[in-house]
Order: sequence, then C-alpha cells, then structure tokens
Amino acid sequence: MTALLEVANVSKRFGGVVAVRELDLRVEEGEILGLIGPNGAGKSTVFNLINGVYPPDIGRVVFRGADITGAPPYRIARQGLARAHQIVQPLAGLTVLDNCTVGACFGRENLPLAAARETAREVAEIVGLRGQLDILAGQLTTGGKKRLELARALSARPHLLLLDEVLAGLNPTEIEQMIEIVRGIRRRGVSILIIEHVMRAIMSLSDRIVVLNLGAKLAEGAPREIAADPKVITAYLGEAEPADDAGANP
Amino acid sequence: MWRRPFLWLILAVSLAFVLVPYLTDDVQLREGLLLAAVYVILASSLNLMIGYAGYVNFGNIVFFGLGGYVCVFLVSEWHWPLVPSAILAGVAVSAVALLFGLGILRLRGAFFALATIGINEAVRQLVTNFEPWGGATGIYLSFDAYEPLGGPMQALWTSYFLVVGVMALSLLASFAIKRSKFGLGLIAIGQNEDAAATLGVPTPRYKALVYSASAFLPAVAGGIYFFKSGIIEPGAAFNLGLSIEAIVMVMLGGQGTVIGPAVGAFLYEELRGALLVAEAFSNFQLVIAGVLLLVIVLFVPGGLMGFVHRRWPKARSWLE
Amino acid sequence: MIAILASVLDGVLVGAVYGLAAMGLTLIWGVMNVINLAHGALTVFGMFALYFLASVLGLPPYSAVPIAIVAGFVCGVVLYWIAVHRIIGRPELMSLLATFAVNMVLIGVGTALWTTSPFNVPVTLPGFTWQGYTFTGTHIMAAVLAGVLAGLLYLFLHHTRVGKAIRAVAQNREAAELSGIPTKQILSMAFGLGVALAAVSGTLIATMFPFTMLSGEAYQLKSFVVTVLGGLGNPAGALLGGIALGLVEGLSTPFMPVSWIPILEFGLFVFCLMAFPRGIFALSKG
Repeated sequence: MTALLEVANVSKRFGGVVAVRELDLRVEEGEILGLIGPNGAGKSTVFNLINGVYPPDIGRVVFRGADITGAPPYRIARQGLARAHQIVQPLAGLTVLDNCTVGACFGRENLPLAAARETAREVAEIVGLRGQLDILAGQLTTGGKKRLELARALSARPHLLLLDEVLAGLNPTEIEQMIEIVRGIRRRGVSILIIEHVMRAIMSLSDRIVVLNLGAKLAEGAPREIAADPKVITAYLGEAEPADDAGANP
Repeated sequence: MWRRPFLWLILAVSLAFVLVPYLTDDVQLREGLLLAAVYVILASSLNLMIGYAGYVNFGNIVFFGLGGYVCVFLVSEWHWPLVPSAILAGVAVSAVALLFGLGILRLRGAFFALATIGINEAVRQLVTNFEPWGGATGIYLSFDAYEPLGGPMQALWTSYFLVVGVMALSLLASFAIKRSKFGLGLIAIGQNEDAAATLGVPTPRYKALVYSASAFLPAVAGGIYFFKSGIIEPGAAFNLGLSIEAIVMVMLGGQGTVIGPAVGAFLYEELRGALLVAEAFSNFQLVIAGVLLLVIVLFVPGGLMGFVHRRWPKARSWLE
Repeated sequence: MIAILASVLDGVLVGAVYGLAAMGLTLIWGVMNVINLAHGALTVFGMFALYFLASVLGLPPYSAVPIAIVAGFVCGVVLYWIAVHRIIGRPELMSLLATFAVNMVLIGVGTALWTTSPFNVPVTLPGFTWQGYTFTGTHIMAAVLAGVLAGLLYLFLHHTRVGKAIRAVAQNREAAELSGIPTKQILSMAFGLGVALAAVSGTLIATMFPFTMLSGEAYQLKSFVVTVLGGLGNPAGALLGGIALGLVEGLSTPFMPVSWIPILEFGLFVFCLMAFPRGIFALSKG
C-alpha cells in the first residue's frame, strides 16, 4: 500500500555539515507521525526538504504517488501538502480572515475568493480564532499567531499537514487546547507529520514516532517503544528524559 | 459591488476632469489636468508593483516611453488612427514586459530594482541608436496626423478625454485587482514572499503578470500623450526623473491603497508647480523629492491615505 | 595581442579599486541587510574630496586618502543615524527607498553645488613602460593602495574588538546583542566603514580618471556587479570580484565603444544574478 508521503534515502548537506543523512520516512494516510530528536538533529531541515524550500542532494520525496522532489513550494502546496512553521510567518498587514483566505485560495482546492472566505471562516472557528477575524495578523498574541499559522495551513484543506513545533511558547492551558485541535484535525481526515519538543504532547498525539539524531534515523516505532529505547534515552541525555513522560495519559 | 461608494467617487472625479475644462473652455487648465491625469496613471500602475507586490520598479517610465514610441510610430509611419495605435502600443509593451518580467522577477528586492533602472537606460540607449524610430532626434508628427481627429485643436481635446478615460480605467483596475484573488495573492507576496509561496501562491507567474499589467495603461497613456505632443525623443520618453517622481507620488499618497497614488500624484504635482515658481533649479526639485521620500519612508510609510485610514477607519469604504 | 594584454593588466589594476568600492557596499549589506543606493553618490563625493584638497587647497593628492577615509566614516555614521537606523529590520522595500532618497538628495545637492560639468585632478606619478605600453603610475599606486586598504580592513575585522563585534552582528544580531554588544553603535560604525570605503575608492578613482557629479551611477553599477560576483557580505570576494570586473573591462575596451561598457556590465550583472545567486567566489562556501 503506497504511503501518503514517502521520503526515500534523502540527504542534505550545507557546506561541511551533513544536516540530513540517508533518511527514510513514511507517513501513512490518516496517521499522526511524530518526529523528535535533540536540537540540531535536522528535523526542520527534513520539513524544508519535504515542502520544497530546498531540494535534497540525493534521494526522493514522493507525495500521493507523485515525485515532488525539488518542486517549488507553491506547486507542492497545490498538491495538498501544507505547513505550519516553527517561526511563525503571519502576513502581518492582512487580517486573520485574509490570512486564512490566502491559504484557502491557493491551497489544494484552488478556490475562488468568495468560497475561500467561507472556508477560512470555518477553519478559523475550528482553531478558535472566530472572534479575531478582523484583527491584523501582526497584532495577535504569540498564541494567536501560532493558531493563525495552523489555521492558514489548514485552510488549504491539505491531505498532509506538517506541524513544526506548534506548541512552542504556549502555556499549559494553550498546549492542552492545541492538542485537542490537532486531534480534531486528524478526525477530519488530515494526516499529520509533527515535530515537537513537548514530550508528553507528542507521545500522546502520535501513532508512531521517528527519532532523528545528527541527521540520521535513530529509532522508529510506537511511542511506548521509543520511550523505553535506550538509544533514544542516551541521545537525549541532558534534555527532557522521555522515560519520565512515558506514563503520561494518552 | 457597484454599490461601493468608492466607485462613485472615481466616476465623479473623472466627470469633473472632463466637464470642468470643457465647459469653461480653459485650455491651460486642461493641459494641467492632462499632466495630472498622466501622473495618476503612472502612479496607480506603479502602485500595483510597489503597493501590492512589494517590488520597487525604479525604471517604470520605460513603459510610458516605449508605448509612446510604438503609438507615434504607427500613426506617423503606418498612418494608423490614434485609438488602435495606442491600444496596440499597450498590448505590445505589456507583452514585452511579460517576457522580461519572467526573467528579472526572479531577482529579489534591490537586484530587481536596479535591474529596472538598467532596463530603462538600456532601452533608451537602444532607441537612441535605432534609426527607424528617429534615433537621437526622435519622431516628429506632421499636422496631418491630426486630420482624422478633426484637426489639431480638436485632437487635443480628444486626446485629453482619452487620457482621462485611461485614468479612470487605471483607478478601476487598481480597485478590481485589489479585490480579486490575484490581488490577494499579490498582497501576500508583498507581505512575505516565502510564506506566500509556501501557501501556494504561484509567485513567479503572479509577479510577471503584475509587472506586465503595470505596463499596459502607462504604455497606452504614453501613446496618447506623445501623440498629442507631436514629438517624441529618447530623453523625454525615458526620463528617469519622472520615473522617480512616480515613486514619490505613490509613497506620498499611500502605497497599497487605490486612491493613494492618485492623491499623491495630485499633491506632488501641486508641490512641484509651487516649487518651480520659486526655484528654477531642477536640482532642488530632486532634493526636495528626496527629502520628502525619506521623511515618508522613515515616519509615515503608509503615506497620506495610510494615515487617514488609521485615524478614521470608517472612511475606508469610500476612500479605498 | 600585447595591446590586449596591456589593457587587461591595466584593467586588473583599476579593478582592485572597484573591489575596494564594492567592499563598502557588501559590508553594509552583509552586516545589516541594507542595500546602500547612495553608494554611487558617496563615491563621487570622495572624488570631489580629492578635487577640493588637491586642486583647490593644493595639498599633495594622496593625502586625500586618509582624509577621505575619516570624512567618509563620519558621514556614514551621520547618515546611519539620520536615515538608516529606523529602517533596520523593516521590509527591504523601505531600506531601498530610504537609501535611494538619500541618493537623490546627495545628487541634487552635489549638482547644485558643482553642476554636471566634468572635473579632472591631474595627478602624475612615474609609471613604467613595457613593450611600448605605459602603465601609469597612478593606476599602479591606486591598486597598491587598494590592496593595502583591503588588507587593513581584513586586519580590522579580524583582530580588533570593534571589527569582531561587527562580524558577530553580521552573523547573528540577536545573539550578538544578547552577549552584550551594543548593536546600534556597531551598526552605525559598520555603515560608516562602508561609506568610508566608498569615499576613498572615489578618491583613488579621481587620481586616475576625470569625473562628473553623475559618474556615481556608473560606479555604483560596477560595485553591484562586483558584489554579485563576489557574494553578498564577502569582502574578500568583493576584492576578487573587482579584479575580475577590471579584467573583463580590460578585455572589452579594445573592442567596443566606451558607452556600451555599462550596458555590458548591466548584462553581466543580470546574468550573474540569475546564474550565480550566491556569487561566483562564494560557490565553495556553499
């Protein structure tokens, strides 16, 4: 069965540094795949390789059966692959509604303006931005901007959503809310590839987890297996120990 | 959509432009308003690049000049009537702009800006050496070019009305684009080009399209303007100073708004007129424009309309 | 054949000065992501400095070099505080327009003061002749001084506190600020340094060629071409790029009229931008 997204033997180096090394990754339809690893492991680079920010030096990226390796970002977005960035990039001079409308207009469904506005409204509702539609994106709080980032990506009605540390900078209540939102997104049929540092969140959200270290795949499996894996624990030595969160509620 | 107050405003202003000089038969006023209308056309079209897509086209005057040359050439050598010549000039220049745009719009920020200056200078150099277009002396229109329009006097009025029509079109087009999906994509590019691309906006295509679109009406206007002037030569056609002033007009009035460039064009024209009476030095004109531009960029980047919109948000609907 | 060789060698000498000018541009660009569109005008002011000091005040011509550096630095710092510091971090459009506005003012003021007539500062230095072709002393001197100044710049950036601070800010402004570096002051000094380089290269150019108030545009274009060749923010690349440009000019001057050279350079500029966005000499840095 073909995976929704297949990353095959992908490598990328920057000057003398190998950021990603011979990586294989599959995201199945309907699943939430977690991508974790210590800082500098290459996780964001993997995202950049997937959504076309730059091409891999070797290897292929195949999305829904089509080879998207090195394709420009807008073409990849049009095929139904959307991304919420770690460092949020709101279109600051546009309102929240307009931001999401851009996503809906130019995403997978390529909607005309009026229909896109409707989709944008619905999505803003899902993400909890309903009351802030007319606020300029640049004036939102950090939490608001993070939600907008997510809403915008979602407005494109993607098949696959790349979430890059959407929980960073949020307080515990906001984290809980965001986790619920992410679950809701999957229930709507969107597959998710998520990078996260908040261990209990990613452990509870993910169906499977891939661990990256120094650009290469260190381990892969169900959350519980990963949490108990001694290689993973060693890689994280000095950072939050996954073992502590292994018993967190699903 | 036609209930929008702003559209009525455009209509009203255009009617004023048409009726006031006509009813008073004031030729001097007409000439002044013609120039103002040309500035509005240049500024509005430039605004598509600067205000929407966020790309500074320093050499925007090249469209005006090239359009002028194509139109005057068609009228003078091939004896075409004015309107088809002007329209063809518009089409031809925007087609060339599309081709060029696909190339140079791959350049970001300042590189693009510099490339546009280079294009203007290169075109001027080429035209100066291009004999079929009169080389350095340019093309003179003989009086019988005006016969089809009823003679020189009548032709001047007709040209004026046509330019006012183009002015109205430029404002309407600016408005229509801003409200369209294309416009939303452009504005997204202007806000953050990389984010826009990740969201699916086909950035190379859109940038080339807006560059081409920003060429059309200035080219048509150039055609009519130089027809009316009776003469076109490289220096006047590709006047970099006017190009720069168009930028100041856009920034002064409020880039990104529809009426801003028009207001800016008007204000700048008034300012310039007042200055020219006081100082006969064109150098100081440049200095004043420079200081004005600097002040706007540093302190009031939204220009006049930006200020108005912030202060009186309710005015947005009829002063778009 | 020898004629072409001589032309090329001369081009290399002059190219060193182009490189010096471009270093100013690329420094400002690399450190604060601002493209100084007043660069050409500032170069011309450096030329006029030579005229003023040598022809009007009668001082020895090369004494203008240190004066141009100091005056350029001061002007740069002042310009920074007037026009630039408020637009750091704002969209690139704004910094383009701001420096462009400064350019307009400088050219306007300059033209009002000195009109657009050509100026020439006759500087004579013994050159040397080879195979019937003379290499003017001024060209050699200019190249040597350019090299010396480039070397001094290198030492400054790598072995002084301020220089290292500038490099730190260029790499990562936030991190630099967090480690206690007063970024605003450093940025102003970097800008001053960039302007100083523009000014002194203008002075050197004026020892070699006549100039007008409007010459700035041509030299600014050259600086841009060199910056693109050498890679953004890469002073060493700028020097190499300058020499390369000088080489190209040397190769083409025997074959084409002078007025076409800017068009050639413009074409080269656009070509390099599209083919080598990171600069030819930056290829190895990835």
